[in-house]
Amino acid sequence: MSDDNQDAPHGHHHEPPNPAAIRAEALESILIERGLLRAEQVDDVIAKYNDRVGPMNGALVVARAWRDPQFKASLLRDGTAAIAEFGFEGAQVEKLVVVENTAEVHNMVVCTLCSCYPWGVLGLPPKWYKDPAYRSRAVREPRALLRDFGVELAADIALKVWDSSAEVRYMVLPEPPAGELPKSESEVAKLVSRDSMIGVALL
Amino acid sequence: VSEPQDRWAELSEQFAPPQANGEFLFDAPWQGRAFGMAHSLVEAGRFSWDEFREQLIIALDRGAVGSDQYYERFLLALERTLAAKKFCAETEVAQRAEEYSARPHGHDH
Repeated sequence: MSDDNQDAPHGHHHEPPNPAAIRAEALESILIERGLLRAEQVDDVIAKYNDRVGPMNGALVVARAWRDPQFKASLLRDGTAAIAEFGFEGAQVEKLVVVENTAEVHNMVVCTLCSCYPWGVLGLPPKWYKDPAYRSRAVREPRALLRDFGVELAADIALKVWDSSAEVRYMVLPEPPAGELPKSESEVAKLVSRDSMIGVALL
Repeated sequence: VSEPQDRWAELSEQFAPPQANGEFLFDAPWQGRAFGMAHSLVEAGRFSWDEFREQLIIALDRGAVGSDQYYERFLLALERTLAAKKFCAETEVAQRAEEYSARPHGHDH
């Protein structure tokens, strides 16, 4: 297998334009002509997801939950309502349910049918999240899948796999790392990885 | 077309989770445009995420399609959603794409 790095750029030399690229351009031009879309709107969405929305939003939510038991309780009760105070862009599109990892329970998130993901808090899903391998293994052999991510779950820890949908998006509240946490919320947030909020990493 | 089982085995073999947060979101700019178009259209109320998601599930063959083809299928789902809403027929897009393909090389837009 010459290309086993999923993130390697495709095509090492200049090739004629990809048919899908032309098709996307054609579609956009028609939509703009018909007044259904403006190019700037598309630019804004891309900029928003590239720069402003991302796993850092979720990390801030996790950091606050670790530090503030009251916030944590409301977050677990109603994720959508609890994160409203952060004012994240795009977060209100879907219902957010936050599930907590504890010494007894480990949670992980998948979307078996497509790629539903809590965009507002985690940005865009990583490539592997959209792969059939991840989807099917999360259902069939989640413990083996976690092992491939470097997470060895003790046999007595219950594993719950949450299947996201258009209506409900899940985010994992990971357990804090051992030891004392930094003083500021933003420093604490830096300890929270995206993968830990999908439930495929521990901290 | 390979069997889903084979495809799954092949992907499992290659399965290499990224280690950290900061990876590229899109492999090519057009993928970002496709994503941005879908988002903008939903925000503008042209269709709902549910309507789009139904098409996406079909286009992804209920989850059997790999991430290497994800945005091709995403674009297909977008076209179908727009066609179902009578905003724009797939044949119109195909025709426009054909015109664009005929552009001389080095065309800069």
